[in-house]
Amino acid sequence: MAVLLIVEHNNKELKAFTLNAATAASQIDGEVHALVIGNNCTDAAKAASELPVVKKVIQVEAAHYENFIAENFAPVILKLAENYSHIVCSANTFGKNLMPRIAAKLDTSQISDIIKVVSKDTFIRPIYAGNAFATVKSNDAKKCVTIRPTSFDPCDNSGGSAPIENADAGDEFTTTKFIKREEIKSDRPELGTARIVVSGGRGMQNGDNFKLITAVADKLNAAIGASRAAVDAGYISNDHQVGQTGKVVVPDLYIAVGISGAIQHLAGMKESKVIVAINKDGEAPIFSVADYGLEADLFEALPQFLEELNKLNTIQK
Amino acid sequence: MKILVAVKRVIDYNVQIRVKEDGSGIVTENVKMSTNPPDDNAIEEAVKIKEAGKATEVIAITVGEEKSQETVRKALAVGADRGIHVKADGIIEPLAVSKILQKIVEKEKPDLVFMGKQAIDDDCNQTGQMLSALLDWPQATFASKIDVKDGKLEVTREIDEGLETIEVNTPAIVTCDLRLNEPRYASLPNIMKAKKKPIEQINASDLGVDISSKIQQIKVEEPPKRQAGIKVSSVAELVQKLKNEAKVI
Ligand SMILES: Cc1cc2nc3c(=O)[nH]c(=O)nc-3n(C[C@H](O)[C@H](O)[C@H](O)COP(=O)(O)OP(=O)(O)OC[C@H]3O[C@@H](n4cnc5c(N)ncnc54)[C@H](O)[C@@H]3O)c2cc1C
Ligand SMILES: Cc1cc2nc3c(=O)[nH]c(=O)nc-3n(C[C@H](O)[C@H](O)[C@H](O)COP(=O)(O)OP(=O)(O)OC[C@H]3O[C@@H](n4cnc5c(N)ncnc54)[C@H](O)[C@@H]3O)c2cc1C
Repeated sequence: MAVLLIVEHNNKELKAFTLNAATAASQIDGEVHALVIGNNCTDAAKAASELPVVKKVIQVEAAHYENFIAENFAPVILKLAENYSHIVCSANTFGKNLMPRIAAKLDTSQISDIIKVVSKDTFIRPIYAGNAFATVKSNDAKKCVTIRPTSFDPCDNSGGSAPIENADAGDEFTTTKFIKREEIKSDRPELGTARIVVSGGRGMQNGDNFKLITAVADKLNAAIGASRAAVDAGYISNDHQVGQTGKVVVPDLYIAVGISGAIQHLAGMKESKVIVAINKDGEAPIFSVADYGLEADLFEALPQFLEELNKLNTIQK
Repeated sequence: MKILVAVKRVIDYNVQIRVKEDGSGIVTENVKMSTNPPDDNAIEEAVKIKEAGKATEVIAITVGEEKSQETVRKALAVGADRGIHVKADGIIEPLAVSKILQKIVEKEKPDLVFMGKQAIDDDCNQTGQMLSALLDWPQATFASKIDVKDGKLEVTREIDEGLETIEVNTPAIVTCDLRLNEPRYASLPNIMKAKKKPIEQINASDLGVDISSKIQQIKVEEPPKRQAGIKVSSVAELVQKLKNEAKVI
């Protein structure tokens, strides 16, 4: 049986992590169908049909899908579920919110946040903030799986031409109402997919000092991250948090500034290809995972860093 | 208004966990256990709502082995009125926990169920959403702010893109983020008082739900260890290494 991929999009474009989830889906089974639920989401459905790994797109439209409320999405997916062996989605806040609602109704034990597909029923997932990897086998007939996007490469996003079918919308779930979304818009690369991430922690002391991080990030075309302590203290908004209870990032270069390296923070960044730590405490645990450690006061090091970057003729983008 | 709060006993977040040599799981013997951190936020919020006169009773519930009772006792010490301990041994998957909670909800008829957004041991992030699906209730997940209104809650949710605000009618499920509030510490007199508060014990097997495992744990292993690299002596050296050695800038 085929795999149903729940597409995350904004009605116009696919969210970047859908491409990673599509790769994982295609590793489970070659027959991947993409489900696009939304309001005026034809553009998103078309984008999904262009993914070469997708064999069919199912588009479901209604006004009450505008804001991606899980209570509205679940019945549509449940109606389609009988044709599929697996239902998959990214393990970000969209998928985490939605998938358990489907699994419970199908009486299936969900497998969360997989980092590897071993076979159709066996997967590897991190537990205890990534301090152990569990290989788990699902004995359920239907499998609900969420995928850690950064553990799978994004699939190609052009060249495919899967047929697009329409399916019926479900009823509106009236006791949950969307009020507003405060998205922090920026021209910077997205934290989850950026090639370089520069993160600040409690050592930054206040929100204003984050401009030192911003200046370096601008120069490197990097995304900005933060520790939970920095977010809790109000230095920066929650969408920047990296870690067990924030985002998982796997950039080519992760620069941790004024971050001690608690296991909950490491859970979100220790798979990065190259890690740099700037910390004035030579004993800070962050140094135990850093490829390059600089024991220094960040208030001196960051301006110098910017100066050195300015001296370079070229910087990779 | 009655609030049921689910609290889970997990390995303390400060413990550096160890994988068993035979790959069968995590070493749990002689390891410090405590309440799953966001569950403390869930209890705190429920108690605050009661203190504000908007709730009449806060009930703490846990599912697990004999010792999980400590978790309920701790909730009683910070203000829950009574406790429920559903006894079950071994591995209880989120689906099973949510089926058990469903039975208790049907019996207790709370207006709200508060839980943590994820347990820090298995990091499943499922139980609350599953329970709300089983009950057909609205779900407000990853809550960092809750406003109680008449028959409704306005909840601010932490999502990848920033913040989202939704309104849910009661009865509803809320899963709590660590930023929701600052959990209080239990004072000694309150710890003493909590010893007298009732905890009802129920055997999971008496609830008539299938709680068998559907996921087979094949092995648990340590992730590849990352080696510490080198210390550089200056910013100039750092930039030179990033450019010429690591080739990432
Ligand atoms: C259930 C749970 C979940 C959690 N989830 C997360 C999560 O997702 N992400 C996360 O990050 N944390 C998380 N935490 C919190 C985590 O345990 C740590 O408390 C947090 O990561 C610490 O942040 P920090 O490193 O910025 O602050 P600190 O630990 O206070 O470290 C600050 C560092 O800055 C250095 N410093 C100070 N001044 C300077 C200076 N002038 N120059 C250079 N260095 C300086 C200090 O030496 C220190 O090492 C979680 C905790 C719990 C209990
Ligand atoms: C190898 C292994 C061994 C295990 N051994 C045990 C064991 O000995 N004992 C044991 O209890 N579990 C054990 N577990 C965990 C168990 O299998 C379930 O995974 C767990 O109960 C639910 O998953 P979660 O906590 O990650 O759910 P999540 O969905 O992340 O939890 C979210 C929230 O749901 C609520 N919640 C979840 N579980 C409970 C509960 N039991 N009681 C009250 N509220 C709850 C809490 O409010 C929690 O914050 C083990 C798991 C593994 C992999």
